[in-house]
Amino acid sequence: MTIWSWDYTFEVFPVIFKAMWITLSATIVAFALAMVLGIILAVLRRSSFKPLVWTIIGLSEFIRATPPLVQLFFVFYDLPFFGISLSPFVAGVIGLGVHYSTYCAEIYRSGIESVPRGQWEAATALNFSRTQRWTKVILPQAIPPIIPMLGNYLISMFKDTPLLSAITVVEMLQTAKIAGSASFRYLEPFTIVGFLFLVLSYPSALLIKQLEVHLNRRKKENKAKKSKVKDVAPSC
Amino acid sequence: MISINTYLELIPSLLDGAKVTIQVLLWSLIFTFIIAFIAGLGKLSKWMVIRGISTVYIEIFRGTSLLVQLFWIYFVLPLFGMELSAMTAGVIAMSLCYGAYASEIVRGAILSIPKGQYEAAIALNMTPFQRMKNIILPQAFKIMLPGFGNISIELIKGTALVSLITLSDLTYQALTLRNTHVGLTTEIFLSLLILYFFIALPLILFVRWMERRVQVGRA
Repeated sequence: MTIWSWDYTFEVFPVIFKAMWITLSATIVAFALAMVLGIILAVLRRSSFKPLVWTIIGLSEFIRATPPLVQLFFVFYDLPFFGISLSPFVAGVIGLGVHYSTYCAEIYRSGIESVPRGQWEAATALNFSRTQRWTKVILPQAIPPIIPMLGNYLISMFKDTPLLSAITVVEMLQTAKIAGSASFRYLEPFTIVGFLFLVLSYPSALLIKQLEVHLNRRKKENKAKKSKVKDVAPSC
Repeated sequence: MISINTYLELIPSLLDGAKVTIQVLLWSLIFTFIIAFIAGLGKLSKWMVIRGISTVYIEIFRGTSLLVQLFWIYFVLPLFGMELSAMTAGVIAMSLCYGAYASEIVRGAILSIPKGQYEAAIALNMTPFQRMKNIILPQAFKIMLPGFGNISIELIKGTALVSLITLSDLTYQALTLRNTHVGLTTEIFLSLLILYFFIALPLILFVRWMERRVQVGRA
């Protein structure tokens, strides 16, 4: 038995490649959930009702400090006792989404805090309602600078999707495991899975780095423009 | 309402698992930091070969998933005649994976030391080794600490994965307990989450404290 069999590789590759769509759709749905929940958490954290703020801080701290794998088990095995039966895929998406929403909330918070105070005051002065203030003034300025950071979390969530195999979602890793146990060849399937992860995540990481550089440059240019205006002003 | 007695029954077997989890955690921490320094310094080396090897290692392990690496090491290495226990495989996979992440912290901290420090060390006729050991690393180390703390918290969460290669850690014990006491699922998983939180808590507090101290030093 040779160590690496190309015949088997070509046989098993299409099977794993098909399972990649499950992995990708789980990533996208879970991340959409994380982004929406994250915004809700970040906005609620600025509430003036203190007990709510403490509950959110405590809960996010707890979710962030405990293993996502255990949270997945909790969602999948425990919610049925409360009358909520979920398919493995939905349970996995909820588990990962909630876990990452606490990270997203932190990022949104940094974005929101970097919006200058004057913007809040201006929105109040213009008699904007609370919802208008958030949707028309604050969030449009808070979100673009944090897109690269969100992108990084998207990639790490993508790399966390193999966890779903533990709650019987048949994604890439689970497919590889099934193929491996059927043929007693683990080398090829697992290597293919690793290769696919690398091929997808490495270019995305480079892309995000590029985006970060681009955004930083734009910020610097804006600053330079502003300071030029200041320099000119006194001489007139 | 759940009685205290149920918890008193559950906790001892969970604590057995906690011992394994902490064992995996401590070994992985040690190797993670050793690997982080080797790879981090390797990526700053002036020899292209060493730089290349470090970069390839870091990108491969950061680009693939920890669980995939764990399975690869546990299921594939025996094919090459390396029989590994679940414990060894777990520690190797976790150290290699988190070592790759931590090496970026080492590299970033070393690069953040002002150039004047290097020049002063050269002017004082120090060898490259002395320069690293006496001037650069002591300053860079302080900057690395919060990052290392964060990596350690990630590591704690990562240890739960070793249950999937049949190592009887905290999560594994909880899953076996659940098989015999299905009615107590909620209690078992809640105790499990709380135990993990308490293992991580000292590190969380340490990171907070370090972050504040670093800021004080800079202001």
